[in-house]
Amino acid sequence: MKHIDAPIHVRGESLYVDDVPAPEGMLHAAIFGSPVAHAKIKSLDFSQALALEGCVKIFTHVDISGENQIGAIIEDEPALAIDDLHFIGHPIAVVVARSADIARQAARLCQVEYEVLKPIVHAREAHDKGLFIAPPRTFSIGDVENAWSDCYLIVEGECEIGGQEHLYLETNRTRAIPQDGNKIVLFSSTQSPYAVQKTAAKILGLPEHLVEVDVKRLGGGFGGKEDQATLWACLAALAAHDLKRPVELVLNRVDDMKMTGKRHPYSADFKIGIDKDYKIIAYDCEMFQNSGSAADLSTAVLERSLFHATNSYFIPNAKIYAACCRTNLHPHTAFRGFGGPQAMFVIESAISALAEKLDIDRSEIQHINLLKKGDPLPYGQCAEEDQAGKLWDAAIEGFDYAGRLEKVNAFNKNNFDIKKGLAFMPICFGISFTKTFFNQASALVHIYTDGSVSISTGGIEMGQGVSTNMMHFASRELGISLDRIRVESTNTTRIANMSPSAASATSDLNGNATILACTQIRERLFSFAASQLEGATKDNLELKDGYLFVAGTQSWSWEELVINAYLERIGLSAHGFYATPNVHFDTDEEKGRPFAYHVYGTALTEVTVDCLRGRYDIDWVGITHGLGRPINPVVDLGQIEGGLAQGIGWMTMEELAYNEDGKLTSHALSTYKAPDVFSAPKYDIQMIVDDNPVGPHGSKAVGEPPLMYGIGAFFAIRDAMRAFQKDADPENKSEFAFDAPLTPEKVLMDLHNDTMFAQRTTRDGPGETSLLFLNTKG
Amino acid sequence: MQTTFWLNNTLVSTDESPGMLLLDFVRKNALKGTKEGCKEGDCGACTLLVGDLKDGKLHYDAITSCLMPLGDAHAKHILTVEGLSLKDNLSPVQSAMVKFGGSQCGYCTPGFIMAMSSFFMSEEEPSMDTFKRAISGNLCRCTGYASILRAGEEIIALLKENDKLEQAIERIPALIDLEFLPPYLENMAAKVASIDAQPPTSNTDIFIAGGTDLYVQQGEKIPSLKVEILNRIPELKGFRIEDDNLIVGALTDFEAFGRISHVRKLIPNIDNFLQLIASLPIRNRATLGGNIVNASPIGDMTQILLALNSTLTLTLDGQNRDLAMADFFIDYKKTDLKKGEILKEIRFWLGDDKTRVNFEKVSKRKELDIATVCSGARFELDDTHTIGKAYISLGGVFATPLLLTKTNAFLAGKTICTQTIQESAEILQSEISPISDVRGSKNYKRLLARQLYFAHFTSLFPDIIHFKELLAS
Ligand SMILES: Cc1cc2nc3c(=O)[nH]c(=O)nc-3n(C[C@H](O)[C@H](O)[C@H](O)COP(=O)(O)OP(=O)(O)OC[C@H]3O[C@@H](n4cnc5c(N)ncnc54)[C@H](O)[C@@H]3O)c2cc1C
Ligand code: FES
Ligand code: FES
Repeated sequence: MKHIDAPIHVRGESLYVDDVPAPEGMLHAAIFGSPVAHAKIKSLDFSQALALEGCVKIFTHVDISGENQIGAIIEDEPALAIDDLHFIGHPIAVVVARSADIARQAARLCQVEYEVLKPIVHAREAHDKGLFIAPPRTFSIGDVENAWSDCYLIVEGECEIGGQEHLYLETNRTRAIPQDGNKIVLFSSTQSPYAVQKTAAKILGLPEHLVEVDVKRLGGGFGGKEDQATLWACLAALAAHDLKRPVELVLNRVDDMKMTGKRHPYSADFKIGIDKDYKIIAYDCEMFQNSGSAADLSTAVLERSLFHATNSYFIPNAKIYAACCRTNLHPHTAFRGFGGPQAMFVIESAISALAEKLDIDRSEIQHINLLKKGDPLPYGQCAEEDQAGKLWDAAIEGFDYAGRLEKVNAFNKNNFDIKKGLAFMPICFGISFTKTFFNQASALVHIYTDGSVSISTGGIEMGQGVSTNMMHFASRELGISLDRIRVESTNTTRIANMSPSAASATSDLNGNATILACTQIRERLFSFAASQLEGATKDNLELKDGYLFVAGTQSWSWEELVINAYLERIGLSAHGFYATPNVHFDTDEEKGRPFAYHVYGTALTEVTVDCLRGRYDIDWVGITHGLGRPINPVVDLGQIEGGLAQGIGWMTMEELAYNEDGKLTSHALSTYKAPDVFSAPKYDIQMIVDDNPVGPHGSKAVGEPPLMYGIGAFFAIRDAMRAFQKDADPENKSEFAFDAPLTPEKVLMDLHNDTMFAQRTTRDGPGETSLLFLNTKG
Repeated sequence: MQTTFWLNNTLVSTDESPGMLLLDFVRKNALKGTKEGCKEGDCGACTLLVGDLKDGKLHYDAITSCLMPLGDAHAKHILTVEGLSLKDNLSPVQSAMVKFGGSQCGYCTPGFIMAMSSFFMSEEEPSMDTFKRAISGNLCRCTGYASILRAGEEIIALLKENDKLEQAIERIPALIDLEFLPPYLENMAAKVASIDAQPPTSNTDIFIAGGTDLYVQQGEKIPSLKVEILNRIPELKGFRIEDDNLIVGALTDFEAFGRISHVRKLIPNIDNFLQLIASLPIRNRATLGGNIVNASPIGDMTQILLALNSTLTLTLDGQNRDLAMADFFIDYKKTDLKKGEILKEIRFWLGDDKTRVNFEKVSKRKELDIATVCSGARFELDDTHTIGKAYISLGGVFATPLLLTKTNAFLAGKTICTQTIQESAEILQSEISPISDVRGSKNYKRLLARQLYFAHFTSLFPDIIHFKELLAS
């Protein structure tokens, strides 16, 4: 039970785009990007760059013979800037040279003269000015306006939620190789080969069949290469097509961090009301998404924020408003969770605000409001399983919450400088592309005459184990061992029109397609065997352990079956096509059944905060996760642990600091900090196995949901901070901001600002957040 | 100038620029297992092992090849993941990583394998703590580390339960027997020993010590410069004791400094402090001298050495001069160093049983991060409760590394009590002028300065000083 690529990874033999020996005469590209966040170009001067020995050519928008457009959902993003510059790093030109070093050096010598315009950095400011990517949307259920009067306590507040750098260890890269007949092949590190193919064809002015995209594996994607790998592939293609030479474009880390979009920062306002039993009666929330300068996937991300605004709670009266606000930051994009995490953070903050007002354990409100089977969600779909409460209870028992809480309280009583905190984080995450048409996939299965099997799908292997999963499905379907099966690179000539590897649905969609392809071949083989073997009928045959069984008795080996079928001219290849049934959504009504199913789970997080230094440790996280049927436990566990670590990083140390000029000041790994081995908590992960009729072999998607368990880290730290505040200054009723990530700076400033500075000053630090106070009333 | 070394099982002699990065060199030579993730020493994807001859044996350290000049590989053994892999089978380390799912996308994996290899090749006390230290310079974005730690547990168990290894006088042959390592490594020491050491060149544009700062600042420029690899001057390494003073060569790397027994006696917590500074591969390369000459206000070693009240010896054309360390720093990243002058050694008093030393640092991420504020403290006590002399340094709150002269003067002769600390904390605030930057706002830095100042006392005198009382006004 291993990740199929792991044995070659550990020997350093796995090839990524630029590890493959370079074709002869290959040139290298680098990007000249905008030095300012908002400006009008007056003139360009490349004379110094072109004079550099080894610099071959510099491409700008005028060199694009097709359409200068990469916007996938909304066509608002030229590949290369024309007149306007919209963010720092906005690509202006592609510099091609003999070596990557020379290309980068030449890019630094490129000059642009411009007229500076005022940049907009904050979502709220863009919202006030009416700068939208698309019209804002509202989901609602019940009657919020009239429900407030039924509430016992109403609280209002604000959230500021930071974005997140994907930090795939392999930066964006593409190698473009021209072929004969005007064709071009792109080896791209992308999650969306078809988006690359389609867009490159558009930019080069070619029909799609003259662009082939091939992807062996990615050194991490996490959504960051769903839409944003496309541009780099197109720019390499542009140069290669023009120069008739192979061209490679590898972004270095700093360029990748500056030029590519990230998880969206959100600002939000909330108002929430409960009755005397802590039942949530009404919830009103407005989310302002900082979309950056172009649409990218922002509208789809926003839609998922709307879907997940009530997380795993039943709220009878809710109004959720959300807007994509256009700013002068890099266009933000998909990132594991896809807008869900930000929306869940808001409702969790609202629940915290209530609990803090009442001075009760936050989990009391969480628990009583968990979704039950049949409860409607604001978008019309109902909870179809009773998992929220079941997994919560499993956590309470399995992790001995009562005992843990007692220990934490005792610890906090006996220690002044150091406090511990606990927090629950339940999740309910919908699986399917919310753009319904994306919920389709193809697989191509070949069986060679020696019995070995080759599978191609539209799924991209980026570490999430999709190849491994495909092999498991085929192995079960054909009754042969894993070592007889190989998963090929993802290639647009083998699989057409593929959806991106995203929305946690890759394994579901491509797995179902693979199963369908295998089924076709198996049925052909069975018909053939039934015609050849004594006593065999199509219904009493079985493929198992490398043999064909006739009514339970071992017959031909797999290899004999295959070669005999071949000699009788039975087709040994099949194409499987799958479309998720019964998903739909009506955007006029904002109602429907967008998801094939939901994934549920509960996390309990325990932290220790050093209240003298403001540092903290995430000590332990216990998770009860509704898994469906396991495919490969090593892969599943890896997805949960890895997702959780990213979620914790997002909530704690990963700070995208933008200054007022729109410059990302944490644009390198020396200033942008992601979790290291010391930040890894101890995990206790309990996978609760259940059948999922819609998933391949009963499984459930596992890629994205675990990220949201990380939100618990924020509230556990806050819990410890409150324990300190109560101890140090019981009179102090000032509330901490709901301002993520909760960096050591914010922790220390919240804890001690008042004893240090006569009056409370704002956290005047870098970054786009300012201190916001929670307004409470009711 | 030729650089000659063993690269895996091949003798290499190259006239590529000695300032070229080792990472670029190995990748150019078709060893693509070594990856580039950041070129700033912050991700570990480029980790390699460098075998250095000591007493006829090779000692291997993990380093980040994106910060190491090719010229520094001369007369050494460089091991990449290809050179560590066995011909057919996986080594037990590789198997453990596969078994527990320690590799997902795989891009970070070779770097982890290298760091783990240095762990089992040289760690004296294999434990989960030392294992974490060994991989502290490696980032993995996919796994969340849990599976890698499970692989680590298995590797440690293997090392511990193996009598052959326990009893081995030399580890490498034993590891070869156990199929942890390929057989060719057995004879490598003799092969490396046969390469002539090369005298350093004169007429240079730039001195490179560990390169851990230089390459981050001006990496793309250096390959085209004439560089002098200071590591090739043996006199700049090592230490000696004179009149109860430790005199340590400026080219001493952080890890080597932490292993000096006199330092361990003076600073009993040195291992914990080192863990807060960079990562093991960086500490294996970063030198005391580089940290000081760099003059960054947030250099951690600089703060420690300042608080130890060190004296620097500088040398130019054979002429030495001594300078109190505090006088070396003139302005932001500006020092008293003359053109062509080399920082030769650093000297400080080793103290007595009334000496107390502490170090405090806060950064966004606890480990492998640059300080927002850091501070060293050395107290010479008159008796358990009275300070004779205090030397407290503070970084990140001023243009230069700062020795708090006024605060220190105030503390001299004072009894250690809440009131003394509260009063002196006010003086401290008058000595600093922090600015806001990506590591924190100026108000935060002021607050941290106070907190870390308090922390020196609560850490060193926990029986008499309590944070709760310090907070009460
Ligand atoms: C990932 C990473 C993490 C880091 N974390 C930390 C940290 O936590 N704390 C910290 O303090 N630092 C940290 N650093 C910074 C760096 O490691 C230190 O500043 C280091 O001490 C520099 O030493 P070096 O030998 O590598 O110097 P080099 O980079 O080789 O040289 C630095 C400068 O000093 C000059 N120089 C060096 N030695 C001499 C000499 N003997 N005489 C004259 N001039 C000389 C060089 O010419 C150069 O100008 C980190 C660096 C990296 C890459
Ligand atoms: S490439 Fe990241 S540490 Fe060297
Ligand atoms: S396995 Fe992908 S970064 Fe570690």
